[in-house]
Amino acid sequence: MNRWEEAFRYLNDPFNWSRPGGILDLLTEHLRISGVAVLVAMLIALPVGAVLGHTGRGGAFTVALSNVSRAVPTLALLTLFAVTPIGFGPTATTIALAVFAVPPILTNTYVGFRSVDPDVVEASRAMGMGGRQVLLRAELPLAAPLVMTGVRTAAVQVVATATLAALVAGGGLGRIITLGFAQQNYGTVLAGAVLVAALAVLTELLLVALTWAVVPGDKRLPFLRARRATPVPEPTASGVPL
Amino acid sequence: MLSAASGELLAVDAAPNPWFDPSYVTSNWDTIMGYLGEHVRLTVGAVVLGALLALPLAVLARRSRWLAGPVLGLSTLVYTIPSLAMFAFVAPITGLTTTTVLIGLVLYSLVILVRNFLAGLQAVPAEVREAARGMGYGAGRLFWQVELPLAVPAIMAGLRIATVSTVALATVGVIVGHGGLGQLITGGFNANFYRAPIVVGTLGCVLLALLADLLLAGAERLLTPWTRRAAA
Repeated sequence: MNRWEEAFRYLNDPFNWSRPGGILDLLTEHLRISGVAVLVAMLIALPVGAVLGHTGRGGAFTVALSNVSRAVPTLALLTLFAVTPIGFGPTATTIALAVFAVPPILTNTYVGFRSVDPDVVEASRAMGMGGRQVLLRAELPLAAPLVMTGVRTAAVQVVATATLAALVAGGGLGRIITLGFAQQNYGTVLAGAVLVAALAVLTELLLVALTWAVVPGDKRLPFLRARRATPVPEPTASGVPL
Repeated sequence: MLSAASGELLAVDAAPNPWFDPSYVTSNWDTIMGYLGEHVRLTVGAVVLGALLALPLAVLARRSRWLAGPVLGLSTLVYTIPSLAMFAFVAPITGLTTTTVLIGLVLYSLVILVRNFLAGLQAVPAEVREAARGMGYGAGRLFWQVELPLAVPAIMAGLRIATVSTVALATVGVIVGHGGLGQLITGGFNANFYRAPIVVGTLGCVLLALLADLLLAGAERLLTPWTRRAAA
């Protein structure tokens, strides 16, 4: 367990955190790239998914898109964008990550809006709501859980994938891992792995909390709910481990 | 950063660097096939080992509620860990070998498969189970001849997702030098942004994933003749 000691020593050294290009700098870069990528993907996927789900068209397209995107290695797309005239760097990474964040958000939003009870839609029409009002005030709250699942999946996936940017000379926390491998210093490798894994898990937890706050309905604390261990089968839109 | 800033001045931009280059494929056929072989071995190994581990886990998790919670919680945790970190956790133990990549890939496929296997087994209607028991089926025959066949669609769906994502994930194995077709991708990147191998590696991965998906879809059709009859 000598390597874990080395990793601990690496993480316990304030200089490794605060120096230029240290953990804090890399973390900031990681979060900035991830945040922009998710926001761009949301701007594209949420309206399109909502409209497609509202009208009930394009279901085959969204499913096909999410299935095909699963087959494209993230590393390949990161590299492809890096060798285009965009050049490697934060821009190429952000674009590649945004491309991968679109399918989960799009599919979940589509399914969320699609599976709103038609009776509810009819009732809200009967109450005099126009098309936009039905979409925003009846369908959106009902679709919110799935929409948030899509956003959460995409965000965790992006935070995890941003690590791979380091393989193609990009920034982010993955650099600590690639640097450790390059120097054959497994203590650093482990330290980087711990940081990256912790960030991914924290993102997941944060977004679970955000979902709980955003989704309308009963606000019962999760641990007060009667626990039923039902497995959730992989939906078509769920993220691929990255 | 430096070469990006001074991009126009580099000789590499003046030299032809086409995206598609048939002569690259013909002159490097053996190398490409070698990496493809490694990719296929990694994928098949990871999915088969994952399935062999997932089935007993799913059966155990279904049997007791106490086990189902930890199994599912742990699988969510593993699922969240980025692949680069996963390989980094394993690498200090097994070194820069194919085994490192295989262990990481098995863990991911295992996680996908356990959830789908469990969902498939739990979806078997209680009446069917009861009817089989009433007809004198013992626990073993009930599982192999009634429950497992009924869970086949969910199992196959899990296998397809696991296979396709394993094909894509295997490329990250480049971090320990055994990423199958991923070696072509990063190799091209490191060889002064040589585009031909990058495109070959990418297309190879996508085609391999689609081929594997088609094969498994065909297998599913063969294994579940009753769904075909119902659809017709």
